[in-house]
Amino acid sequence: MRPIPEARVLTNKPRFSDRVFRGIVTLGGFTSLVILGLISLFLLYRGFSVLRSEGFSFITDYEWVSSINSDGTEGEVASTYGVGAMLAGTIVTAIIALLIGGPVAVLAALYLAFYAPIRTRKFLVSVVDLMAAFPSILFGLWGLNVLMDQGIYVAELLNRYLGWIPIFQVPVPVFLRSPFIAGLVLAIMIIPIVTSVAREIFAQTPLDRIQAAYALGATRWAMIKAVAIPYGYSGVVGGAMLGLGRAMGETVAVFTVLNIVYRANFDILLGAGGNLASHIILKFGEASSEEIKALMAAGFVLFLLTLAVNLLADFIVARTGKRGK
Amino acid sequence: MTPELQEIEVKPKQPWKPTQREINVNIAVFIFNTLLTLAVIQFTGFSGKLAFVVLFILISLTSNFLVAFFKGGTVLAKNTLATGFALTGISLLIMPVISILGTVFAKGTEAMYIGFFTDDMSQDSFASDLDVGGIKHAVLGSLIMVTIALLLSVPIGILTALYLTELKGRGSTLIRFLVQAMSGIPSIVAGLFIYSALITGTGRGFSAFMGALALTILMIPTVARTSEEVLKLIPSDLREAGLALGATQWRTVAMVVIPAAKSGLITAAILGVARIAGETAPLLFTTGGADALNLNPVDGNIGSVPFYVWKALIDGSPNAIARAWAGIFLLMIIVLCLFIAARKIGSPKKVRS
Repeated sequence: MRPIPEARVLTNKPRFSDRVFRGIVTLGGFTSLVILGLISLFLLYRGFSVLRSEGFSFITDYEWVSSINSDGTEGEVASTYGVGAMLAGTIVTAIIALLIGGPVAVLAALYLAFYAPIRTRKFLVSVVDLMAAFPSILFGLWGLNVLMDQGIYVAELLNRYLGWIPIFQVPVPVFLRSPFIAGLVLAIMIIPIVTSVAREIFAQTPLDRIQAAYALGATRWAMIKAVAIPYGYSGVVGGAMLGLGRAMGETVAVFTVLNIVYRANFDILLGAGGNLASHIILKFGEASSEEIKALMAAGFVLFLLTLAVNLLADFIVARTGKRGK
Repeated sequence: MTPELQEIEVKPKQPWKPTQREINVNIAVFIFNTLLTLAVIQFTGFSGKLAFVVLFILISLTSNFLVAFFKGGTVLAKNTLATGFALTGISLLIMPVISILGTVFAKGTEAMYIGFFTDDMSQDSFASDLDVGGIKHAVLGSLIMVTIALLLSVPIGILTALYLTELKGRGSTLIRFLVQAMSGIPSIVAGLFIYSALITGTGRGFSAFMGALALTILMIPTVARTSEEVLKLIPSDLREAGLALGATQWRTVAMVVIPAAKSGLITAAILGVARIAGETAPLLFTTGGADALNLNPVDGNIGSVPFYVWKALIDGSPNAIARAWAGIFLLMIIVLCLFIAARKIGSPKKVRS
């Protein structure tokens, strides 16, 4: 008589190979967390001494004086580092970019989502994707050589006819390489991302609501106003914020187009100003080791600023995408 | 008495088609708009291409609005105005693209000659005549850096995507958010990070590897997000079939899911390369930008195409600017080719079992 075989042991424990697999994938999955952590850690670590000695005035101060001689001794004037002026410049140029680029992008997204014939839409969507992949140095070069003349022309018009508004005044008529023109270039740079986010949101508008609106006799605009805009509103705001984040961190294009002068310039048509990133590039070449630390601290501030804007924007976009399904 | 049967031609009505009269009105309005714009330009202080476009748009919006108002009242007028605005938006988006591509193609070939591709800049300055010096060192440098970045970021990006779609672990929501946020970090921060962590204070200098690390940080989010989109589109039937045949999870992923998503994953890698090919800011802090050829990826300053353009731009002389356009021209050709390749190999939507 044959012996009865042992009962097969059933288990839901993953095999060894699966445990290894899961371990590796989880490790890979958390890389982004590790990288973001390391970025903030190292920038903070290198810039810490400057941040500690300057305190809160690092963000609010309008003076950036590095008076350390090349041999490492302290110069005659005490060094002081404050990125306030450049922070202001970052926000001013980014807001100009958003005010110009945002409406254009949203209108273009409406066209792509609700007006364009299918083939045209496919083609234009690829054009928008391609535009998003243009290198920023190309925008800089183009902005400097092609857009500059047009920008100066518009700036002169604004100054002549709207000069009574404080921000359009200029103490001296220098319109070349102004924050306004930098904002114009940034606007063109953020249009693709805002357009594609807004288009994706609009494309998710529930079809039954669209058809209900048409069935009730709505024109296309009435449908957009009654259905698409209420549905997509917050998502589009999120997309615009993503664009704002991009505009804040832009480096090469701003450095190329803008006349970098260390001052907070709220006369946006006047040719002087800067933003944090371009300031870092400008000072990096000839910086002493102490100033490098200050630049790292400035990079840390820029990182936190853009990260905060991006996280908020992503949160808003993600929340909109879930509604209405 | 039955009515006589007559053969009548029945044409289906197409109420959405514009009638001949409407077409005529549209053409008339268009001609009127053009003439009025030209007149305004002639008799006022406005001038130039930009003024023409802006005025034409404004005048068209107004006249179409009025025509629609007299034809169909407020409702139609508003609808027409909205259509006009949407068209304006897309035209304002297209105009810079045409202008940029047009300028690149018009100015890009000025500094090109045979030696441009076989020479480097070690003997010549950017301001020297356009028949000396070349971009070989920069092209090879870019190639080295992009290859390293590709080798590093594709595995990490795909693993991240697998974590989000296959494991759906506890941190998925967090990771998805962080990857999104990472795609928004300014490129200069990636360069500063590599500089602060690996170069300053360590005695190591600039090298291609450092540049590639900075580029990897920028490339991971693109690869991860595109791969995730692709993997999401793989039907879960495939996974379940694999598991039902007794395969472990890792065999299912490796033998079923990844092969099914192959073309989409290649697209993800290509889009990642297109994203970083033109990045300049991170390389300024990590590579040093040599003018001579350097094939050692781990030691010494190395040139790259964006850095070449940057140097030419900083130089600022007419010859240097011509060189900058030539470098950008080369870069744009590469980016365009990558884009077309990505479309041809397969957009994520075409991935089906």
